[in-house]
Amino acid sequence: MKSPNRIALAAATLLTAIWLSPSAHTQEAQSITVVSWGGSYARASVRAYHERFEAETGIRIDLEEYSGGLAQIRAQVETGNVSWDVIDIEAGDLLLGCDEGLLEEVDLATLPPAPDGTPAEEDFDETYALDCGVQGLTYSTVVAYNRERLTGPAPTTIADFFDLERFPGRRGLRRSPLVNLEFALVADGVPVESVYDVLSEPGGVDRAFAKLDTIRDVAVWWETGAQPPQMLADGEVLMSTAFNGRIFNAQALENQPLEILWDGQVLAAGYQAIVAGTSRLEAARRFVEFATSTQSLANITHYISYAPLRRSSQTLVDTHLDTGIEMAPHLPDWPANAVNAVIEDAEWWADNLDDMNERFAAWLVTGGR
Amino acid sequence: MAAGKASVSRPRTRVNALMLTLPLVAFIAVTFVAPLISMMARGVYDPTVADIMPETIAALQSWDRQGLPPEEVYAAAARELTLAREERTIGRLATRLNRQAAGTRSVITRTGRALNRGAEPPWSESLPEIHEAWGEPEVWETLLLTGDRFTADYYLNAVDLQRTVDGDIVRQPETRRVYVDLFIRTIGVSLSVTLLCLAIGYPLAGFIAHAPPRRARLLLTLVLLPFWTSLLVRTTSWIVLLQQQGVINDILVWAGLVPDTERLTLVYNMTGTLVAMTHVLLPFMVLPLYSVMSGIPGVQMQAAASLGATWPRAFLRVYLPQSMPGVGAGCLLVFILAIGYYITPALVGGQSGQLISNLIAYHIQTSLNWGLGAALGTILFAAVVLLFVFYDRVLGLDRMKLGA
Amino acid sequence: MNAKVQSSRGPGQWALAIFCTLALLFLIAPILVVIPLSFNAEPYFTFTAGMLTLDPDAYSLRWYEQVLLSDEWRRAAFNSLVIGLSATALATTLGTLAAVGLSSPAMPWRRAITALLISPMIVPIIIAAAGMFFFYSSVNLTQTYTGLILSHAALGAPFVVITVTAAMAGFNRELLQAAASLGAGPLRGFFKVQLPLISPGVISGALFAFAASLDEVVVVLFMGGIEQRTIPRQMWSGIREEISPAILSAATFLIVIAVLLLVTIELLRARSAKRSTGTGGSARAVH
Repeated sequence: MKSPNRIALAAATLLTAIWLSPSAHTQEAQSITVVSWGGSYARASVRAYHERFEAETGIRIDLEEYSGGLAQIRAQVETGNVSWDVIDIEAGDLLLGCDEGLLEEVDLATLPPAPDGTPAEEDFDETYALDCGVQGLTYSTVVAYNRERLTGPAPTTIADFFDLERFPGRRGLRRSPLVNLEFALVADGVPVESVYDVLSEPGGVDRAFAKLDTIRDVAVWWETGAQPPQMLADGEVLMSTAFNGRIFNAQALENQPLEILWDGQVLAAGYQAIVAGTSRLEAARRFVEFATSTQSLANITHYISYAPLRRSSQTLVDTHLDTGIEMAPHLPDWPANAVNAVIEDAEWWADNLDDMNERFAAWLVTGGR
Repeated sequence: MAAGKASVSRPRTRVNALMLTLPLVAFIAVTFVAPLISMMARGVYDPTVADIMPETIAALQSWDRQGLPPEEVYAAAARELTLAREERTIGRLATRLNRQAAGTRSVITRTGRALNRGAEPPWSESLPEIHEAWGEPEVWETLLLTGDRFTADYYLNAVDLQRTVDGDIVRQPETRRVYVDLFIRTIGVSLSVTLLCLAIGYPLAGFIAHAPPRRARLLLTLVLLPFWTSLLVRTTSWIVLLQQQGVINDILVWAGLVPDTERLTLVYNMTGTLVAMTHVLLPFMVLPLYSVMSGIPGVQMQAAASLGATWPRAFLRVYLPQSMPGVGAGCLLVFILAIGYYITPALVGGQSGQLISNLIAYHIQTSLNWGLGAALGTILFAAVVLLFVFYDRVLGLDRMKLGA
Repeated sequence: MNAKVQSSRGPGQWALAIFCTLALLFLIAPILVVIPLSFNAEPYFTFTAGMLTLDPDAYSLRWYEQVLLSDEWRRAAFNSLVIGLSATALATTLGTLAAVGLSSPAMPWRRAITALLISPMIVPIIIAAAGMFFFYSSVNLTQTYTGLILSHAALGAPFVVITVTAAMAGFNRELLQAAASLGAGPLRGFFKVQLPLISPGVISGALFAFAASLDEVVVVLFMGGIEQRTIPRQMWSGIREEISPAILSAATFLIVIAVLLLVTIELLRARSAKRSTGTGGSARAVH
């Protein structure tokens, strides 16, 4: 006779085996790994074009989360073990990665034209053109706050973010020198158009760090785009810098009482790039073409408030699919939103990212008591 | 005859015993010791510049460092930078040089881009036109400094020092001094955690050691449960308990001790690191203490008391000295584990709770300054080895048993 | 057994008892608090009013559903099992052989070799992981199962060496000579006589090694790719990226596994304590 213990053990083993066995991790015919920024942006991308891409090409997309930097890509390329294929990357990282040979070069001219036949290289906003990636969307880092947590008047300028007397409370900031140096200088009175001139002057970076010093004790650092809306909703912070699309989705989809302060926003472009040395180059190229097509870039605005960088897509912007909200006034480049905006200088960041990262890391670790 | 047989068989059993350990010795040597050696080597060996710009470095050897180098050096640099740009190694070169002298990255990458578009000799004129830095001696001196395959720079950097062009060793500029402070902080945190563990663990271990056997068994199991629970689980628990909208703040607000608007910041800072590390390391204090204390006869205390000694006096004179080996073992073990701690500070430490391990991980995973990460790792490793040698001398490593 | 420190329960004794109760609460409560919270119907990390009044609607299995049905967690569980079991098999085989060798009275350089063999347990994991990252990437073993299995086997082997050495201390070598005199060869003697007697030590060593692999995240962070994500690696992302009570339900599973492992080890210990001297209790490296 078998003891009940043995029967239970056998049953448990069997159940575990059944649970583990489904096709979830068996390799399908073809798949690519797309690396993007997670949370509501990733969900928007999936609905806007990942699903259609899978349906049209039969290539499965494995979505992986990313929060900036070149570390993982460099490790993969240097060890010859490339598991990421396409990456949704920031401009500074793109320039650096291109110089280091971590990313494949892409020629805009090879991309599909706009529906009206305009060649791709004319259809894309050329101010953002870089060698190793295709500019897809502009996004913006803004200050956001929870209006229900405010006790007095609402903040109106970026300087208010640094004003602990009028707005006492914790601040959420991105754990990176990116964006923070710009915010600090604008809050310190530097006009938006001369931020990078000041940063390039001797003492300019010191000035930015000195301004950041004033809020270091109340800073809560975020790393992924999904964190700031969460921290604001929880009351973990009174105000936070955040990607504008994340705040929009928290307002629109979750009815969170969050507000965007457009003053001093930092506008930047996001790129689709291909990791050098991928064994799935052809599929990766197809994906980049698909993701930056007129239709895909317009579709994204049905789900999140980032602005397409193809002119032919811009005319197709209409409403948010789930709520019917008119999207254009929520995009970062809408004239009323972009009155006082810093345009990110990718080249400055590519030149200085290493130094700034090192200084920022030192500043964080030694001073944040 | 018998003596002869023994002398024949002893070497054989020696060889047999050795042969049995050999597979694991070889396995550990390859999978574990070789990695450690490769890490130490990374801290002193960096061939980036020597590999990418060999001719420039060779040509620079004859430069008298008065004024600017001759045309042949410029020509070699132009040739090798063009090649580096084509082979996409220029980024790595720029990164390495930038670590030696901040700002050099843009000199290199811009020159690479300009050379790619086409430029003409004489190079000693066209390079300074591309970037004015080529008209100054500093960039050449930086190349010369980094041209060696072997370098002490990473180890110097790890203790906040740097080498100047003249070969002098000076302190890093103030904004780059981090690591000495961080080593000190790491030691401070480790000491605090050790003392906290001792303060909680000593009475607890004594209580368990002198409880009736059945209850002692049960209590010991309770101490062991956190030990067996995944570290990630325990760290998650502390986040759940300590965060602002977490259980402890909820209780404090509910009890009226703290107003809802001023909830305490208990996690993502040093407090979080200290609390969670103490929790994780406490069993390592309790177990060695328990094993020593359970060997101290309780009657001794009673005897001392019956001889008129007050309880504190009896404790100090009789009990404490006998429990010292356990105190030593527990403290040293906790301290050694604490200085290498990584996961808990990374998850609950915020910024102020970061320790040296977190910076090692940062340099390996994020800043990609592998040489510096390796140098910091080697220093930490040396500290741990020294502590263990000390442990071995005082307490005997072979007495380190798994627990009770 | 010795008598209590003091026969009468004075105020000091009470204070000690209360202090120790609090200390044990400090050790246990944080682990237990996770369990009820994993049944939270709301996406919060704290007890809702409904949970405190035991309203059944405030509890749900949604996070368990999410974890059990998610491909990511399933893959993580699969990876943890594959890597853990392979590493354990390797560590146990090599570790047992080595421990048998180390226990031989004729073993030369015992101290040095023991120190070498248990060094993976002593070196801080961050240093081991850094070294492994540098070395394994130079031989193209990063982002492979092989790389992770080898490194976890190295990290787990010391546990086997220690538990089996302890078990060997209670093993009577004359039994082997007796077996030999009855005509059993050394291999037969080992498998038929020695192994059964030291098996509690081998099994608990294997359990330690498996638990070490199951809990290891730093090496996986440094060396593993997406394909090799394990349960703790998945929890790490869960804590750092998307904070949802789903990780609490995963944590509850891990707590159940921990209790099972602890009980098994304790039973083995009790058994071998009866048979001979102890194999040492329970301990594991944490980093």
